[in-house]
Amino acid sequence: MAIEASHVTKRFGEFVALDDVSVRVDDGALTALLGPSGSGKSTLLRIIAGLETPDAGSVRIGEEEVTATPARSRGVGFVFQHYAPFKHMTVHDNVAFGLTVRKRPRAEVDARVLELLQLVRLDGLAKRYPSQLSGGQQQRMALARALAPQPKVLLLDEPFGALDAQVRAELREWLRRLHEEIHVTTIFVTHDQEEAMEVAEQIVVMNAGRIEQAGAPRELYESPRNEFVMSFVGPVNRLGDSFVRPHDIQIMPHPDETTTEALIRRVVHLGFEVRVELTLHDGRDIWAQVTRENAQELELEEGQILAVRLPDPRVFAA
Amino acid sequence: MALGYLALLLGAPVAMIFYRTFEHGLAAVWEALSTPNALHALWLSVELVAIVVPLNTAFGIAVAILLERHRFRGRAVLSLIVDLPFAISPVVVGLSLVLVYGQLGWFGNWLDAHGLQVIFSVPGMVMACAFVSLPFVARETIPVLREVGTDAEQAAATLGANGWQTFWRVTLPAIRWGVVYGVVLTTARVLGEFGAVSIVSGRLEGETQTLPLYVQDRFENFDTTGAYTASVELALLALATLVAMNLLTRRTRSRTPV
Repeated sequence: MAIEASHVTKRFGEFVALDDVSVRVDDGALTALLGPSGSGKSTLLRIIAGLETPDAGSVRIGEEEVTATPARSRGVGFVFQHYAPFKHMTVHDNVAFGLTVRKRPRAEVDARVLELLQLVRLDGLAKRYPSQLSGGQQQRMALARALAPQPKVLLLDEPFGALDAQVRAELREWLRRLHEEIHVTTIFVTHDQEEAMEVAEQIVVMNAGRIEQAGAPRELYESPRNEFVMSFVGPVNRLGDSFVRPHDIQIMPHPDETTTEALIRRVVHLGFEVRVELTLHDGRDIWAQVTRENAQELELEEGQILAVRLPDPRVFAA
Repeated sequence: MALGYLALLLGAPVAMIFYRTFEHGLAAVWEALSTPNALHALWLSVELVAIVVPLNTAFGIAVAILLERHRFRGRAVLSLIVDLPFAISPVVVGLSLVLVYGQLGWFGNWLDAHGLQVIFSVPGMVMACAFVSLPFVARETIPVLREVGTDAEQAAATLGANGWQTFWRVTLPAIRWGVVYGVVLTTARVLGEFGAVSIVSGRLEGETQTLPLYVQDRFENFDTTGAYTASVELALLALATLVAMNLLTRRTRSRTPV
């Protein structure tokens, strides 16, 4: 179901967490709310879920205006950063919770729980307690629990934030495939632009309680509307008032009229990618991203002076 | 050092009491235990526990949730009031109850007219015990509530649970250690309370005499075996509470690895 927040404002004392924010998420979409901490992304998610009340504005889920509806009647599934497991219940009872509070018949509950545990690949661990699971398993349990009552929308608050890098990468991939399978409208909050780009179909970039830009990952990367989006989505070099992407800087074998001189300060090998830190002839520091092959061909070394071609820099109106 | 301190303060006196109790053999102990006054005192103490502990447990949990989960005007004042019984001497508690509910007190006439006797009878003793043991459950529960946080409760809400379901199925199991500890302390206090009960009860032999009052009575009447036996009885009751609660928590623990 589509989700729409209109002119939502939320203050915590003096701090303005959300400042007249409007956003629409299409039915069945997988959307990321991306922004630094304090940008208001989690607050917006919690307002959609009904865990926070807005000072002004409204929220619609599908055709229904839910601004005054309590969380338990909104039909949302919510996943917390720290999993929020019911520690005294088994995995089975955790997942069954949303069904047992609705007093569904036992057989139906058991069948649904089994189906969900298979979906999140935790079948066989039904009798365990949350403390006997790894972080990644607990988060998958939390996801199964949120999905059990068949929510209209699924909301995830920094769902992979507390996991280590490898598990995080696995779960991202897995969340995307899960979404392809069940197609429930999903919003997840993240401060990690790579995570947003990799998982989401649509990204909403937030900063200081406002929405900076919303669009497909590629659109944000290629035509950022402002400085903030440019520097938050993807790597960037700042040259005075202008910006260049590191992979747009070309290192040339020979100088010509389009190139400028630069000194290599450091060469960092990151596998396929090589990061070259440079000082331009006018003293400004930038870094360039080249492929491993390219770096080998050019025989890049620290202290070397070479020719670089800078792309047309992007300038945003202040 | 610490152990020596404990031995001097606790170990030696308790050991002495046990020794003196059984000095004249088991028959004497049994005889002392089964006098009508001793039995009545035991029964009255247990009755007070049975009434006061559930009342204060419910109150303590409710206040703890109110103080820890809600922000409202007068919250600091309420928190202070909950602690008040710890700051007031039990004797003063007893006297103030007599002042309000006694025959010459504020409500004395009204109560008398309706045939209700509070002071020198069980209702007054319940009030005295409830007052002096009021803070235990709340004070033990509040830090645990803070520790467990609100995530699980919010998760329950998004899963469709109403307030009661969330309380019984999520909050209470999460804070049970704090509650249990509060219950043990409350029980021990109600069993052992002397000052406030002593004033409110009138210490009527075989009527409003609780175990601690009975111990005092026996002691003053040079019936040392009676006094020591009742003391041991009191100690064993408290110990039994502790053990029962411990067993109860262990049983839940084996079901719920933490």
